[in-house]
Amino acid sequence: MIQTLFGSLDEQQKPSFLERMKEAVTRTRENLSERIEEVVSFGKEIDRSTLDDLEATLIAADLGNATTREVLGKLREKADRKQIKDVSELKRLLKEELLAILVASNTQPVKAVDGTPEVILVVGVNGTGKTTTIGKLSQVFRSSGKTVLLCAADTFRAAAIEQLEIWGQRTGTEVIRTKPGGDPSAVLFDALQAASARKTDYVIVDTAGRLHTKTNLMLELEKMRRTAQRIIPGAPHETLLVMDATTGQNGLQQARLFTEAAGVTGIVLTKLDGTAKGGVVVAISRELGVPVRYVGVGEKAGDLLPFDPREFVESLFA
Amino acid sequence: MFENLQEKLQRAFKTLRGQAVLNEENIGEALREIRLALLEADVNFKVVKQIIDHIQEKAIGQQVMTALSPGEQVIKILRDELVETLGKDTAKLKFASQPPTVVLMAGLQGSGKTTTSGKLANWLKNGGHRPLLVSVDVYRPAAREQLKVVAQAIKAHIYEGEVGEANTATVERLAKEARKEAIISGCDVLIVDTAGRLHIDDQLMEEMQSLKRLMNPSEILFVADAMTGQDAVRSADEFHKKLSLTGVVLTKMDGDARGGAALSIRQVTGQPIKFIGVGEKYDALEPFHPDRIVSRILGMGDILSLIERAESQIDKKKADEMASKMLSGDGFSLEDFRDQLRQVKKMGSIQSLMGMLPSIGPFAGLQKHADKVDEGQLNRVEAIINSMTQHERLHHEVINGSRRKRIARGSGTNVQEVNNLLRQYAQMRKMFKQMGKPSFARRLAGMKMPGM
Ligand SMILES: Nc1nc2c(ncn2[C@@H]2O[C@H](COP(=O)(O)OP(=O)(O)OP(=O)(O)O)[C@@H](O)[C@H]2O)c(=O)[nH]1
Ligand SMILES: Nc1nc2c(ncn2[C@@H]2O[C@H](COP(=O)(O)OP(=O)(O)OP(=O)(O)O)[C@@H](O)[C@H]2O)c(=O)[nH]1
Ligand SMILES: [Mg+2]
Ligand SMILES: [Mg+2]
Repeated sequence: MIQTLFGSLDEQQKPSFLERMKEAVTRTRENLSERIEEVVSFGKEIDRSTLDDLEATLIAADLGNATTREVLGKLREKADRKQIKDVSELKRLLKEELLAILVASNTQPVKAVDGTPEVILVVGVNGTGKTTTIGKLSQVFRSSGKTVLLCAADTFRAAAIEQLEIWGQRTGTEVIRTKPGGDPSAVLFDALQAASARKTDYVIVDTAGRLHTKTNLMLELEKMRRTAQRIIPGAPHETLLVMDATTGQNGLQQARLFTEAAGVTGIVLTKLDGTAKGGVVVAISRELGVPVRYVGVGEKAGDLLPFDPREFVESLFA
Repeated sequence: MFENLQEKLQRAFKTLRGQAVLNEENIGEALREIRLALLEADVNFKVVKQIIDHIQEKAIGQQVMTALSPGEQVIKILRDELVETLGKDTAKLKFASQPPTVVLMAGLQGSGKTTTSGKLANWLKNGGHRPLLVSVDVYRPAAREQLKVVAQAIKAHIYEGEVGEANTATVERLAKEARKEAIISGCDVLIVDTAGRLHIDDQLMEEMQSLKRLMNPSEILFVADAMTGQDAVRSADEFHKKLSLTGVVLTKMDGDARGGAALSIRQVTGQPIKFIGVGEKYDALEPFHPDRIVSRILGMGDILSLIERAESQIDKKKADEMASKMLSGDGFSLEDFRDQLRQVKKMGSIQSLMGMLPSIGPFAGLQKHADKVDEGQLNRVEAIINSMTQHERLHHEVINGSRRKRIARGSGTNVQEVNNLLRQYAQMRKMFKQMGKPSFARRLAGMKMPGM
């Protein structure tokens, strides 16, 4: 009803109810690829329960149905060619498969032009660890002797600015801020101007948490990007999507929509010090080719590590 | 992506025509589809297995009903099972016989404890209580400042106190001081916001246990993010084992997460989900309705929440009238159309409303167009209807060519736009008529819409 009211009419008028339903059915039919039980074409040692276990491991790590099915399917192809002998061999091949997915999505961010600050925009849904990650990143850059400026562009959430300021103090980094409720693009403008004038090495921009479904908030990010570009060509050079490792299949949609609206160049997977595995990033790599750059492993300034795909894959089976 | 369980089940049951009872063999494929759907919704895989086993048990041996297709029949069993698992509507807090009632907020980092503390305080205030807030999060930067800002925003009392050293002793001291403050200032509920912590952080979990001993809370609410995946069972289980939770708040339900974590958490803790968080504002707290979240988990949309949202904004009587008019199709005039338009504008962002529509049935595919909705278009449509005479609004069939020209001029639009509007209006009437028919209702199995 709402769509008929306000949608762009002509293009959407054509399909009737029934047509749309039919469409839905065909879509699902396409989705129905071979089932996992067909994978059972290995030697005797590798039985149904081994495969069930592997499937459970992947699902429990939040890789999702589609990725799990694909990975196990590929395993079968390999098995057909190579004659997998035992379970450990099977596991090794599975790990290789996962690694290949993660490594394939290894795009690099734009390089900042020498002499201009490198601008890193940090985005994500609510409460994933953006502000904390910025504190940690600031620590990383500072300890390698770089100059950093933080931009408090989360003017919305209660005490978000104060939170970033404390991280600024902890890491000896100045924070450019405005008053609560201020325009995020305006404070970004100020920060980038200051950084350009001072020839700061890095500017890291904190943004308010936002659900990817809120179109107007996503548009705000686009506006911020335009502002950045106007002051420093090529900025933001890196846009990091901060994702909580406890996130389930919704992570895919987050990555999809943030990439569309904000041009995400990399992911920071936080809270890996918990028990969640963060396997949704494998699905994200597979479907969207967005690489993981860092992982967060605690709440302290030093708790940020570069992403190591091999270790990550191992951790899925730990 | 999981689109449409019901359709899949229909197909899975195609072969079933003519068979009299459901048996292990003939429901096998359906159960596999259900399994995939639940996993896609982030229900924990062990919980999924339990659910599947149950459904199998319940379904096998059932007569294939004539009223429902086998697919609908299994969906019904599934829905009943899930609703049962989730328990009753329980937007209630237990109050202590001796005030102040203490509510302890617990959960992982960033799940929404501080925001939910504010929302609860706001909810209690509206219910005539005098809540007092206190933050014992002495660890995270600006955590206590955050609650202070929240308290100011909702004009609730807060006990601030002094931190000193950031350790468990301080946490306990602040909590005790806050209780004293509650008694002195006549606050009947004390909401204790705590630091986010991992369930495997022994030291901080012990701190939580000692807070519990100290404060004897009536409620220990586990605040969990609706986007949580498979790990939800693990964290909820540990929190429950160590603290004996009394309830759950599921936050960030305003997004598009299916919320399968609700089932997982409920299953491992056995505790009711008392509220859901549906936004960052302090009034964005709603009672939990199991049947709705089941629809959502199954991809059938949250149409009841949509209706409720509409109801809270729309004049109730008018809405009822509208619903019956709409469903009869004929009675739905352009005047009603405009009324409805205005109501929709009052209800807030259309995108968020569209997100609540089910992804199956007549609304299939609409969600992904949410982005394209041009809200400015609303005003143009309204302008067009405004330019009509009342007679025209009530009898659309009189609007001929010359009237169309006049209306276009009057509304600053063009004839084509007027034509478009009239065409849509005609379509809507047709659609509503169709919706009023029982066959349509059956397609939307289980979605209780008024008048269906
Ligand atoms: N255990 C753990 N906690 C983390 C990690 N990263 C962040 N946190 C915690 O997660 C919570 C949320 O972190 P924030 O940095 O405030 O998250 P945010 O994304 O800025 O939140 P909003 O701005 O409200 O959207 C805080 O309690 C952090 O201390 C991590 O890697 N491990
Ligand atoms: N969209 C949406 N955002 C929410 C909801 N509840 C909380 N948030 C947001 O989630 C983020 C984290 O919320 P907090 O209340 O700070 O979470 P917390 O559990 O207190 O975090 P820590 O104290 O750091 O562990 C903030 O950006 C909130 O605005 C909700 O229901 N919907
Ligand atoms: Mg933040
Ligand atoms: Mg908090």
